[in-house]
Amino acid sequence: MDKFTKLTGIAAPMPLVNIDTDMIIPKQFLKTIQRSGLGKNLFDEMRYTQDGAEIPDFVLNQPAYRKAEIIVAGDNFGCGSSREHAPWALLDFGIRCVISTSFADIFFNNCFKNGILPIVMPAEVVAVLMDDAKKGENARITVDLEAQTITTSDGQSFPFEVDSHRKHCLLNGLDDIGLTLEKAAAIDAFEAKNKTLHPWA
Amino acid sequence: MTAPRTLYDKIWDDHVVHQAEDGTCLLYIDRHLVHEVTSPQAFEGLRMTGRTVRAPEKTIAVPDHNVPTTLDRVSGVIANEESRIQVEALDKNAKDFGVNYYPVSDVRQGIVHIVGPEQGWTLPGMTVVCGDSHTATHGAFGALAHGIGTSEVEHVLATQTLIQKKSKNMKVEITGSLRPGVTAKDITLSVIGETGTAGGTGYVIEYCGQAIRELSMEGRMTVCNMAIEGGARAGLIAPDEKTFAYCMGRPHAPKGAAWEAAVAYWKTLFTDEGAHFDKVITIKGEDIAPVVTWGTSPEDVLPITGTVPSPSDFTGGKVEAAQRALDYMGLTPGMKLTDIKIDTVFIGSCTNGRIEDLRAAAAILKGKKIKDGMRAMVVPGSGLVRAQAEEEGLAQIFIDAGFEWRLAGCSMCLAMNPDQLSPGERCAATSNRNFEGRQGRGGRTHLLSPAMAAAAAITGHLTDVREMMAETV
Ligand code: SF4
Repeated sequence: MDKFTKLTGIAAPMPLVNIDTDMIIPKQFLKTIQRSGLGKNLFDEMRYTQDGAEIPDFVLNQPAYRKAEIIVAGDNFGCGSSREHAPWALLDFGIRCVISTSFADIFFNNCFKNGILPIVMPAEVVAVLMDDAKKGENARITVDLEAQTITTSDGQSFPFEVDSHRKHCLLNGLDDIGLTLEKAAAIDAFEAKNKTLHPWA
Repeated sequence: MTAPRTLYDKIWDDHVVHQAEDGTCLLYIDRHLVHEVTSPQAFEGLRMTGRTVRAPEKTIAVPDHNVPTTLDRVSGVIANEESRIQVEALDKNAKDFGVNYYPVSDVRQGIVHIVGPEQGWTLPGMTVVCGDSHTATHGAFGALAHGIGTSEVEHVLATQTLIQKKSKNMKVEITGSLRPGVTAKDITLSVIGETGTAGGTGYVIEYCGQAIRELSMEGRMTVCNMAIEGGARAGLIAPDEKTFAYCMGRPHAPKGAAWEAAVAYWKTLFTDEGAHFDKVITIKGEDIAPVVTWGTSPEDVLPITGTVPSPSDFTGGKVEAAQRALDYMGLTPGMKLTDIKIDTVFIGSCTNGRIEDLRAAAAILKGKKIKDGMRAMVVPGSGLVRAQAEEEGLAQIFIDAGFEWRLAGCSMCLAMNPDQLSPGERCAATSNRNFEGRQGRGGRTHLLSPAMAAAAAITGHLTDVREMMAETV
């Protein structure tokens, strides 16, 4: 998992509420054998017509937002199925941070497993960030995980909350596997002991 | 002296690598079985992070869920594009990461839970995991075995450990002996009928008692296979001489002095006198009849002599569930189970796709023909089971009776390959799940034993195999 420390990037405004995981990545793309490669189908049905042409109005199709790394969204982002394909698709597109007033629980957890920082902010702050995001590609928002602050393009700064263990994992790029690998010495010792005790195993 | 421990306690204790303050443990995994459907993203994850498989020698991969089982498979091309890609991905991942592999073309290929024991990968006292819920099968050897998700598959590939909290202990004792015509499948379905599909949630079950001891290893695998259908994390049976005899000489079982040392350890794997169980269930072996399922949950079990229940026979949420099941299954309350007509018979799966299962079915089918218009197939659990059945003359019995004699795989157990039921088609199946749509959209599944499946194939309706046995004797 990639580290998340400080990010200054373009933020795409998506004021829609209840953006569900079916919208984020429709079910026909779940048959993939990869976690990567889903970015091209992120928001597929909102992003393309039936015959695959881009829908120009959709925010991520607009020139200003094609390289967005942050999404500022309406309430209850990521509701619906538990598919981990949703954060996989966001990450593959290049999104590292989603800011909303609320998230669906499973999606919220899945984000942390994949190096994406979901941030819950009060409605009035989300409104300020939404307006800033609407300014387009010159209005870069800065998310500083170490300091736990979001700073708008014109220098307004807002503090945010994050679970300390999850913060530690993101700052150091540690997923469960990363954390377990920190215990490699214990695993080595177990294997060495087992070689003598149960050599057939 | 240490306090008396259960079999589960002992295996658990012997695999703890690290224990955190909140009781979360890092558990060492001895065998990791891998198939094509739940592993691609895990291998991809390793690639993305530049990680390797920590113990490729303890990792065993085999394609089974998606593979066609028709004879034209030997031409080597899987017609369904998505299935083909998943199988090819496993080919490549197995090669790139250097894990043990049984490709489609290998005679040892088969359902992962049949291949593991057959090749001697599964041994008593081990921890065994697989990205598949029916990993519980391996508990028949006194191995702690359970299913895991794709993220955990990646975790095990990378670290050979799993982050786990310990479950509670449950004992299921089957006393006495089974009556003629009653099999391991009837035991395991009857237990689920007794506990319900959530009765085992939070537990590891140890099956014990005379009737369990009297089962062959194949039968014990059938019992443990469906522990998960009762909601349990795993099922276990203490190893004994039968277990050792089954393991001895298998390709990956220890040999010589190592074998002696292993057996000495395996003999310590039993529940100590006085060990604590959080829940105990006792069933008399004599009371178990050949059973079938009537509904869409494995707990919807009745003796074949019974009648279709009415929703009013139930209470709480089950009333509505029973009504929905009856509608889906197209059954009327009060109708005799033996009056239920069958269109298709499926013999196979990791529950009942082993040699003993085929022998039991063939014993009923010998010299008989399946009902006119019946569609019937046997899908052996592995290429080696298939070869052995051919050698024993069982294949010919099936073919003469009118069965299709297939190649190994999961096949109609989950209908991910082309073997599917059409809407309304009614199937007597030796597999483990009768969920809505499990064997194909709108398909209707009755779970039963291989002998009972064979009987239904002959008569065209659900049948009490004991009557047929009386005929043949
Ligand atoms: S045979 Fe059925 S239950 Fe067993 S592994 Fe295959 S799909 Fe799963």
